[in-house]
Amino acid sequence: MALRLMANTTPAFNSRDRGASNAQSAGSPLRQAAIQDYGIIGDCRSAALISKDGSLDWLCWPRYDSPAIFASLLDTDRGGHWRIGPVQPYSVERKYIKNTNVLQTTFKVSDGSAVLTDLMPVSSEEYKRTAFVPDHHLVRQVECLFGSVEFDIDFCPRARYGLTPLSTRDFGKLGIQIHSGGCVYWLRCNVPLAIEEHRVSGRVTLHAGETLQFSFTYSEESPAILPVLGKSIGESIARSVEWWQQWADRTEYRGPYRDAVVRSALALKLLAYAPSGAIVAASTTSLPERPGGDLNWDYRYCWLRDASLTIRALLGLGYREEAADFMDWMLMATRRTRPELRIMYDVYGGSAPAERTLDYLRGYADSRPVRVGNAARNQLQLDVYGEVLDAAAQYCFHGGSFDRETQKALVGFGNYVVKHWDCPDEGIWEPRGERQNHTHSRLLCWTALDRLISLAERDFVKNVPVDEFRRHREAIREQLCKRAWNPRLKSYVSTLDGDGLDACLLSLSWYGFEKADSSRMKSTYRLLRRELGAGNELIYRYRTDPPEGAFAICSFWEAEYLALGGGSIDESHRLFRDLLGYQNDIGLYGEEIDPATGDALGNFPQAFTHVGLVSAALSLREREEGAEQLAHRSKDAAQSDQTEVAV
Amino acid sequence: MSLGSWLLWGFLATLAVSILLDGSQALGLTRMNLPYMMGTLFTPDRDRAKVYGFLFHVLNGWVFSLLYVLIFESLERATWWIGAIIGLGHALVLLAVVVSLMPGFHPRMASERHGPSANRMLEPPGFLALNYGWPTPISVIVTHLVFGMILGSFYHVA
Repeated sequence: MALRLMANTTPAFNSRDRGASNAQSAGSPLRQAAIQDYGIIGDCRSAALISKDGSLDWLCWPRYDSPAIFASLLDTDRGGHWRIGPVQPYSVERKYIKNTNVLQTTFKVSDGSAVLTDLMPVSSEEYKRTAFVPDHHLVRQVECLFGSVEFDIDFCPRARYGLTPLSTRDFGKLGIQIHSGGCVYWLRCNVPLAIEEHRVSGRVTLHAGETLQFSFTYSEESPAILPVLGKSIGESIARSVEWWQQWADRTEYRGPYRDAVVRSALALKLLAYAPSGAIVAASTTSLPERPGGDLNWDYRYCWLRDASLTIRALLGLGYREEAADFMDWMLMATRRTRPELRIMYDVYGGSAPAERTLDYLRGYADSRPVRVGNAARNQLQLDVYGEVLDAAAQYCFHGGSFDRETQKALVGFGNYVVKHWDCPDEGIWEPRGERQNHTHSRLLCWTALDRLISLAERDFVKNVPVDEFRRHREAIREQLCKRAWNPRLKSYVSTLDGDGLDACLLSLSWYGFEKADSSRMKSTYRLLRRELGAGNELIYRYRTDPPEGAFAICSFWEAEYLALGGGSIDESHRLFRDLLGYQNDIGLYGEEIDPATGDALGNFPQAFTHVGLVSAALSLREREEGAEQLAHRSKDAAQSDQTEVAV
Repeated sequence: MSLGSWLLWGFLATLAVSILLDGSQALGLTRMNLPYMMGTLFTPDRDRAKVYGFLFHVLNGWVFSLLYVLIFESLERATWWIGAIIGLGHALVLLAVVVSLMPGFHPRMASERHGPSANRMLEPPGFLALNYGWPTPISVIVTHLVFGMILGSFYHVA
């Protein structure tokens, strides 16, 4: 292994340029990777994003919403990064080791090839009881497969989202120590590196069979654990691969598009905070919904909005333990504000932090401002009551149960809905404008009461004022049928008495309000497809000027609507297959998709999109098998709503 | 020697040290976690190490408080400032001697000279335990001053 240190060199060797045919060269100017060119690794506590050129551009420790130590994702100049990439021009291929979140990036140069393996090691609780395991650990290993490949290493950490550079200190055989406040990072490598005040760098030539290893750890409450390099790192990788594969093998899903469904499940697991069971919407902040625009939000929190789809995905795939953990977290988080609900919480059920902007960061592709925290935390979104109660109903109908206190709390949510369902709110998409009477919010208020009635009928929840809830459920239904339906457009509309369209109207069938093959739903669907279609198989959530990207989950809602009876099974399959064409090379989706280029937009990867994919696949499988669909309503309730309203 | 007074105030002074050290860690002043470091003498399991270490720390505190008590008895008086002087000496010995010897006797602690190995991966404290953060020596001195002052103030010389 030939080593050349690079002290006092300029960062010009950092290659980010994506040339034709994926070929890249070391001498290219610094450039931001496309959002879909990132892969994610994690350990169910925090996550890191690594670009196709081997640059680790995003890492928040100790948890998803902690300040980033590498934030090049949001500012290539001052965010901080850790690149390990070939010096020569190269082509690149990526994959996850099958059914794992262990990322492998293979670089091919003219006279050699090497694979970079990135992961945050995970292991069983039994193993942790017998061995020293760092609390927070990231491993990067490069193995030369054949020939020789020269690698540049550029390690440039910065504290608090790039605000201040961090000082590095050489401790010889212990490694390189980086202090930040009361916490410590240790970088260890099996070759010596050049250590400057704020950066570590090197240039290493690997020959066939040679391996370069890095271990990066974080500790904040006790002396750090310093992992051993060499064979131990290989064992750590093998242990992680086994852990992820065993978890993936637990899925009971045997339906269509299994690979995509399992990848989505793995992405979801990666965004699930193991100590509490919470699932964050994404591990990033401020990746733009419109490049160069200001639609940049912090998604590193947990939205109740995602609850019912998430529970549906977890239960449908057979992950009952994770579903139970998520329910526990949700009920714990909502305890503080009952009977009122906030729309989002942090991973421990606390309030998401107040929003502030990081004006010193340029933003991804100059998309300013960069925001941390989320001002939408104070919004009123009445749909969350329906989401939580639908999740609770699914949980019970799949074998779960609740104690008396929780039952009382669920009834309390119903009572809140009874008092407030007729109020305007901000609605599912969190616009920062005035409140309106959103059809979707009314639908979810109807859902909340409907599920409580179902839970009472099946004796899962006691002391439910069923008659009162029925009366209000019917009142909401009557209002929706009259005022959410626009006879001129022959369509349901996004607000009562309005004429706007919104792709979330497709969920009228998902929640069981109206059958997918009813004349009203079919007519609504035709109009949505015509008015919100993005010129291809994608669909916008609503029309904006200038347009944002097509909202990815809305397309999966469409595929699911077709699978639920709104179209033929072939139509649903066709759309689903088309949508699979928009995942990145390793099966990940962002929040939105640019209809013109197919590029990912918004925070990445996005849990909501992946649960949408899973839910659509589950509905497709149920339709293929002739199984009962969307069993989150009692049959009695479903039958009572069979009367179709004429168009 | 007053046995009851030693047992009571030795225990309470040790608890006070534990609380102060925990507080220092919570404030991000130091990563010196004595119960954890002691517990890892017996097990690599993080959770168990903290429990074992806490128990060991309490026993340790009692043993050291006996030394304080013996000094008080030999001087035939116990005051807060005598306790503080003994505490200062205790802290300096701990920082200058014990801490630097730790990689030699702790079975799971890496040495700065050899680096970590398969069985020794715990970060060593380094000179004056500065590896655990620059405020660590201050934190250790303050906690031991408090330890001595509690004993000196409340121990009844026989």
